[in-house]
Amino acid sequence: MSSVTGERTRTGRLGDSISRPDGTPKVQGSYAFSSDLSAENCLWGATLRSPHPSARIVSIDVSGAYRIVGVEAVITAADVPGLPTYGLISSDQPVFATDVVRYVGEPIAAVAADHPETCRRALAAIVVVYEVLEPLIDPERAIDGSHPDIHPDGNVIRRQRIVCGDPDIVGEVVVEDTYEIGMQDQAFLGLEAALAMPDADGGGVSLHVATQWLHEDQKQIAACLGLPVSSVRLTLGGVGGAFGAREDISLQVHTCLLALRTGRPVRIHYSREESFLGHVHRHPVRIWMRHHATREGRLVKVEARMVFDGGAYASTSSAVLINGVTHAQGPYRCDNAVVDGYAVRTNNLPCGAMRGFGVVQACFAHEGQMDKLAAACELDPVEIRLMNAMVTGDKLITGQVIENVAPVARCIRETAALPLPDEPVGGHDHDPMRLPGGAGRTADTSHIVRGIGFAVAIKNLMYSETFDDYSTARCRLADGVVNLKFATSEVGQGFITIAGQIARSVLGFDNVVIDSIDTDVGSAGSTSASRQTWMSGGAVNAACIKVRDLLFEAVAVAHGVDPLSLAIDGGDIVDRNGVFRVSALDAALGLSFDETVEYHHKPTEDLDENGQGDCHTAFAFVAHRAVVDVDPELGLVKVIQIATAQDVGRALNPLSVIGQIEGGIAQGLGLAVMEEIIMSNGHVRNPSFTDYLLPTFLDMPSVTASLIEEPDPIAPLGAKGVGEPPTISSTPAIVAAIRDAIGKPLNRVPVRPTDIIGLSASPSI
Amino acid sequence: MSESVTLNEQYELHVNGETRAVRDSWLGESLLFVLRERLGLLGSKGACEQGECGSCSVLVDDELVCSCLVLAASAVDQSIVTIEGVAPIGSPSDVQQAFVDAGAVQCGFCTPGLIMATHALLERTAEPTEFEIREELSGNVCRCTGYGRIIEAVQRVAVSRRQSVQA
Repeated sequence: MSSVTGERTRTGRLGDSISRPDGTPKVQGSYAFSSDLSAENCLWGATLRSPHPSARIVSIDVSGAYRIVGVEAVITAADVPGLPTYGLISSDQPVFATDVVRYVGEPIAAVAADHPETCRRALAAIVVVYEVLEPLIDPERAIDGSHPDIHPDGNVIRRQRIVCGDPDIVGEVVVEDTYEIGMQDQAFLGLEAALAMPDADGGGVSLHVATQWLHEDQKQIAACLGLPVSSVRLTLGGVGGAFGAREDISLQVHTCLLALRTGRPVRIHYSREESFLGHVHRHPVRIWMRHHATREGRLVKVEARMVFDGGAYASTSSAVLINGVTHAQGPYRCDNAVVDGYAVRTNNLPCGAMRGFGVVQACFAHEGQMDKLAAACELDPVEIRLMNAMVTGDKLITGQVIENVAPVARCIRETAALPLPDEPVGGHDHDPMRLPGGAGRTADTSHIVRGIGFAVAIKNLMYSETFDDYSTARCRLADGVVNLKFATSEVGQGFITIAGQIARSVLGFDNVVIDSIDTDVGSAGSTSASRQTWMSGGAVNAACIKVRDLLFEAVAVAHGVDPLSLAIDGGDIVDRNGVFRVSALDAALGLSFDETVEYHHKPTEDLDENGQGDCHTAFAFVAHRAVVDVDPELGLVKVIQIATAQDVGRALNPLSVIGQIEGGIAQGLGLAVMEEIIMSNGHVRNPSFTDYLLPTFLDMPSVTASLIEEPDPIAPLGAKGVGEPPTISSTPAIVAAIRDAIGKPLNRVPVRPTDIIGLSASPSI
Repeated sequence: MSESVTLNEQYELHVNGETRAVRDSWLGESLLFVLRERLGLLGSKGACEQGECGSCSVLVDDELVCSCLVLAASAVDQSIVTIEGVAPIGSPSDVQQAFVDAGAVQCGFCTPGLIMATHALLERTAEPTEFEIREELSGNVCRCTGYGRIIEAVQRVAVSRRQSVQA
């Protein structure tokens, strides 16, 4: 907000690092997460899941469950009154399996009972007879047709080619390789939890749930329940992290069905093991890439083939695929490309959204290629990236022109200029705890090698391919209090913090109240795709501006000034051309306004058969540099430092931005060296925090970050989404650093000790 | 297979300085479950059920434990302190306030456990080094923050406590 004369600084405005409005209840343990919600006479629900990745269901006998005292309901597919399936893009996933199961963990039945332990015993008493089938595990067999279709919609969810420029051109320097990305879990700490309360007349239901997108849930739930959308009301239960895993339906329909069946409130809480099976994951991908360049290192052509394993159901696989293929070039100018991508169906766990959404996978491959190209052209990794860095106005391989601010070169330069750690291997005090292996004290300092790696990313913001993911916000001003209402899921990212900052900046009032987040207002779209600052921020901004303009008109009439010359200055309304000044609080006395606005981003296009079209809405950029210490004898890695410069447009709350950057990097580090859901013939081997390793305080290094603030004129507040970029190029930067340290090609993440030592010849488990 | 869960155990727990009766419970319930479901103390969170993440951290006889790994009925003669016992609602402790101010809270699910662990750490070591903070809090997993702002919060508390002692 532009201020006029006499700077009257007020806190809580845009650009201030204010703390979260929900911070105090969260640190005191009084904040209500969805798993903290209950009601009088409430039952527990639980879900029976398939133990097989592929099987025919011969029979289901639930009578044993009913014989257990305390069991109130047992439901199966026969009890679903509406649409038997759901899904974000195509409705291909059964609420409960009927004739076949297609992955380990697929829901078959649900029970409601008086105690979680009663539920567990009831599930154990349900007898399902299966005829076990050979699972489809290899994504290539989904493509080549050598395995029968495992779903009526077929085994290929989507194929998309991109052909751009001269497909036959050959560069003077050519490098190629194949890259693999393992299946990562979002691993939010707040497990799936919901409370459903039936209407007294049984004609509707209220659901309190931790989700990323209330209105999409509402639509899918209502269809499955066979109820009008207006009879299914959703309220956001406190969300303990999301990262993509709460975009799809998990327990929503089951909880509502049990509540409607029993006429009593029902809550379902997933266990950690169930959570691993019950939500979608980051797609495992195999990517082949061939890069062509001039001898000087200028990119000439990118060729790629990408195969995304979507698992048993489609979820958002088709959109993840599009992100993968359209980001194959990375943040580099490239006039020619031939890219072929598949998202396929297998009997592995269903995959969908996770922070970075297809771009994480593409970036790991293209950054590996850029390092190979640098080596082939005898260039420094930073140098070759700078030479090829794209700028505003450049054309992507889809033909789309980058209209956004694109400070790629600045991200690279500023990252490279950040200070390297001054500590030697093992630290100044030579504490063996600081070496790879840590408390195991397994390392010999003299054998530890240090490496440095670099990576850069481009990430699309908002939804793509003609999807109008608008956001709605309502601003009410009465009695000097601003009330904001929206359905934007607060998942921990801090939208409620910046919503208040927007309102204070636009309206000049300090007192901003955030209303209940529910479906009593229009959709906000999903809290994903780094889109809420732009979209819901844009909606809140527009609603507040509408109210402000009405207030200005009232002030103009009351004081005989020109409404068009009025502006907000701190907490005052001032005349830009005169001496008039009145406090906003006084001016609004006795007045009330109530405005609701939908904010839409610019329309986008579908891709044609050659992958051409303006399919994306906007882009952000980031660079990462990693410093690692490696014990080459035991294959252990310790990440010492991550440096990053990120294109944020404008930091509306710098403290929140740093939080997104550090948190996103931790997830990128997890994918680089720790995190993988290990599947073996369709079975999950490590569905627990004992066996699925997350970065702890000891794994995560300090982050040195530089915020590149070049406000984007296309963005409503100049600000770009900042959530995903930190997760994207941090992974390849760390892997590049390990390669630098040990001098071996590493083309698979997570990098395992055996990869470093060289024991695993095959990239597969 | 068809036996029902017996919900008739009765015992007392000493929580946050009060004696609380636990009624109609099943003997297999964890301390975390009893705190949350029987006593309405919802601040302790369950996230892994295996003692890996620390979200359910409480003090039992001054020892930091994962309440998901303790059978409630085994803690009858011990003094239990939960996040609700750290400070009255609306009057956060210095550690709690520092977490808010430093940006150490995002989704907040791990936060009560981290507050318990941080208080315990600073009781043992008034001025921990950054490495000591990392080592001592490594039993608490946070998925949102990447830990940087949490370390900052802990360091702020250590500094302000030293300054208030010196003053």
